[in-house]
Amino acid sequence: MIPTLFFVSLITFGLAKAAPGSPFDKNPDKPARQATIDRWNAYYGLDKPVHEQYIQYMGNVLRFDFGTSVRRNRPVSEIIASGFPITAQLGMQALILALAVALPLGVISALRQNTMVDYGSLFFATVGTTIPSFVMAIFFIYIFGLGLKLFPITGWGTPQHMVMPTVILALGAAAFLARITRASMLEAIRQDYVRTARSKGLREQVVIVGHVLKNAMIPVATVVGPAAAGLITGSFIIETFFSVPGIGREYVTSILALDYPVIMATTLLYAFFIIVANLSVDLVYGMLDPRIKVAK
Amino acid sequence: MADLLEVTDLHTQFFTRDGVVRAVDGVTFQVAAGETLGIVGESGCGKSVTALSLMRLIPQPPGKIVKGSIMFDGQDILKMDDDDVRGIRGNNIAMIFQDPMTSLNPVLTISRQISEALELHMKMDKSEARKRTIELLELVNIPSAKKRVDDYPHQFSGGMRQRVMIAMALSCNPKLILADEPTTALDVTIQAQILDLLKNLAREFRTAFILITHDLGVVAGMTQRINVMYAGRIVEKADTVELFANPKMPYTWGLLRSIPRLDESRKAKLVPIEGLPPDLIAPPPGCKFEPRCQYRHDVCHEKEPDLKHIPNSKPDHEARCWGTQEGGWLVDTDWRREIGDTRVIEEIKQETASVTATPETPGE
Amino acid sequence: MATASTTQERAAELNVLSRKQRSLWGDALYRLMRNKAAVGGLIVIASAFLVAIFAPVLAPYDPIAIPLNPSTQMEPLWTGSKYTDPRYLLGTDFLGRDIISRLIFASRISMVVGFIPTFIVFGLGVSIGMSAGFFGGWLDQLLMRFTDIIYAFPDFLFLLIIVASFRASGFGKVLDGLMLIFVAIAIVGWVGVARLTRGQVLALKEREFVEAARSVGATSGRIMAKHLLPNALAPLIVTAAFAVPSAILGEATLSFLGVGIIPPTPSWGQMINEGFPLFSSNPWAVLMPAICISVVMLAFTFVGDGLRDALDPRMKT
Repeated sequence: MIPTLFFVSLITFGLAKAAPGSPFDKNPDKPARQATIDRWNAYYGLDKPVHEQYIQYMGNVLRFDFGTSVRRNRPVSEIIASGFPITAQLGMQALILALAVALPLGVISALRQNTMVDYGSLFFATVGTTIPSFVMAIFFIYIFGLGLKLFPITGWGTPQHMVMPTVILALGAAAFLARITRASMLEAIRQDYVRTARSKGLREQVVIVGHVLKNAMIPVATVVGPAAAGLITGSFIIETFFSVPGIGREYVTSILALDYPVIMATTLLYAFFIIVANLSVDLVYGMLDPRIKVAK
Repeated sequence: MADLLEVTDLHTQFFTRDGVVRAVDGVTFQVAAGETLGIVGESGCGKSVTALSLMRLIPQPPGKIVKGSIMFDGQDILKMDDDDVRGIRGNNIAMIFQDPMTSLNPVLTISRQISEALELHMKMDKSEARKRTIELLELVNIPSAKKRVDDYPHQFSGGMRQRVMIAMALSCNPKLILADEPTTALDVTIQAQILDLLKNLAREFRTAFILITHDLGVVAGMTQRINVMYAGRIVEKADTVELFANPKMPYTWGLLRSIPRLDESRKAKLVPIEGLPPDLIAPPPGCKFEPRCQYRHDVCHEKEPDLKHIPNSKPDHEARCWGTQEGGWLVDTDWRREIGDTRVIEEIKQETASVTATPETPGE
Repeated sequence: MATASTTQERAAELNVLSRKQRSLWGDALYRLMRNKAAVGGLIVIASAFLVAIFAPVLAPYDPIAIPLNPSTQMEPLWTGSKYTDPRYLLGTDFLGRDIISRLIFASRISMVVGFIPTFIVFGLGVSIGMSAGFFGGWLDQLLMRFTDIIYAFPDFLFLLIIVASFRASGFGKVLDGLMLIFVAIAIVGWVGVARLTRGQVLALKEREFVEAARSVGATSGRIMAKHLLPNALAPLIVTAAFAVPSAILGEATLSFLGVGIIPPTPSWGQMINEGFPLFSSNPWAVLMPAICISVVMLAFTFVGDGLRDALDPRMKT
């Protein structure tokens, strides 16, 4: 993990530095004078050679000092500390909602294959994974926000504010999870041990719950980690759209403004989550599947 | 006394996109209490489907038991409602499947998998069921049963897993056990052990067995009677000794001839039965074996023979062949001359003699 | 009296006649054509292509030029609101430009962005992945390290960083930003394809037909091209089918965030970005491009799913 993070930081830093333009010259109507830019550069240490800047930066990182945002003139750690909990909350809400919808939907649609429920859930899964979230958000806003005037469109704070962003963020994850659940159930039901269970005279319900579900849920459980990471790192579009003050929105604005400290810190944070999520897959497998458990 | 199991004119079909597969196409046979019946045939001849039909385990789409009756202990299984059928499964009739690796649930302990049936049918509570499970494991010769009862299937070897399956099948003292290719997935040395185990259990508990296999060697030492199946029908029925001594159907001759022998000279070629089994969606008219039969006449192509008693054989020996039936051209053929070296057949005959003693039927 | 050879012939006859024989690809094509959703998707994609090609002919107005006396923010005629102009069927945007014309020209961007980077990604990814898998050694190790790093980045954010960093440069202005988007998508995308190809090659290279080819003296290049590639093709085709909409989506999202295609060139994402601030007064300026994106994405997804089902050997009937 460490080497990967190292390279991630290297690449991000390299890209940010290679970009033309300066973070201090963002206003096209009032171009700054070179002397002013030079002073800002010196203040932020941006006039030193690139590799020196990198070493200095990484040294600070190891002491948990992520520098100061160029754009907002606040310590980066503060920015992350204020934005991240909101993103995390949004992500977790979306995850719980997605699981609550997707798991039953996937199971039922596998058991009632080729019925209306199945086709409905397949349709839902396809639409949810295909149509991008901001497009979904547009449709939602049109129907619920403008049309029915049920929920506020922007901002964050009250439960009403949270409904639309959470729902739309959950949609993509729910569609994906429902698909996986259904496929996993179908695979499990075809197995020989299901026939053995039936041959013992067990009721169908007992067969499904006691034998099939336990097996079918293993692949689904392993995928929850990456799904959570995906929600947290992917919320930026929703946040931008609904003006939610989370770290995702902050990330986008800092990329557009070439605010290096924030870009670096957030990229490292996101990469960390993704790596942890990928590691969790193996861990969860080990916990749930006895074939792997014992081998440890 | 009425037989334990009477199957009459059973037809099981599968409705697929390419047509209707007539997997079991009119099968009639009986099994007496305590008796071991062998059902022999190539892959796809319908033997497994027959067994699954007996327990109504055929997946409803695309399969369906379209005709026939299955009388078990005086009741027609095909006419029972679902709850009653479930009451029979695992309880009066149990099944042992071919591949113990995939037939056991990998995420449940074998204790749970065996206790399930005990709790359901014998109404035992958890501790009773557990005690009985350990007893059963010891019965099938699993070492350190008390320690291993909480293990998972993957922690056992193939032979052990099959023993677990057998223990599971025996758990509720069924009157009939269906063993579908119980040793096909195992090493040869383990095969012998498992077959021995089954034989001893059959004798000790007086359980009736239907042993399904493609291996003639397996049925020779295990069964009292044999049904040979082909293309969804029974093509020969006889006592085991009689079948090996006096087979009366070209397909059976082909099966016997194709057994490879350790004592054969290197130059001798293997003699398979030419051709492939027929398409069960559009089977040929007339005798189903006719396209591959080297003894065929025109009548074989035109009309299908019935399963009838044949001359020059024991009274309950039946075969489905125009050639060997009354007035046919194969009635006096000495099949031994046809298939050549008969040494191995003699050996088989000796083995079958050891199983001739029919077990006493209970309650008589 | 029947003889053994006639029996053999008869048996062979009966078996050959019982099933229609189809080649592997023919079978896949047959199954794909039976999938109504996939066929529908193909029709939509073909139509989008035609619209893109014939855009200048089909569009009633110039998509870029601002008319002299603009009627801005007109709504579509069928809404019946008082802000409509009979000259513009679907209304106009905030600068008075006709929406239909913009939508039609924007389809060009989407079609191009979908297919060209995908070709690059696959050309690069397949050759590198195949070489890594086949030759192993340091090339393989290097590739694996690389993919680990790239995988740690959330796909889109990597895209965003690259595009945002360079859009102010000269390169970023080529083709109104399209070139930069191509390159960015290619950089992010080739890694996944390389990894997939490598996996396929690893699995296939131990099979006997490779050994057989080598034993008759085939060179490595020939083995890779004529033996490994055709067998690895199926999952690659499916991945390609899904890579196209992914690229289209990438461009749309970038444009929506304001870092994609440089205005005034229209792209669907760009149109959403422009119309969004005024969503409440003229929602259709945003909804129409949103619908276009949805329809095209769905079409590609149906085709991709159809291809996956058609090429899956386990589902042979």
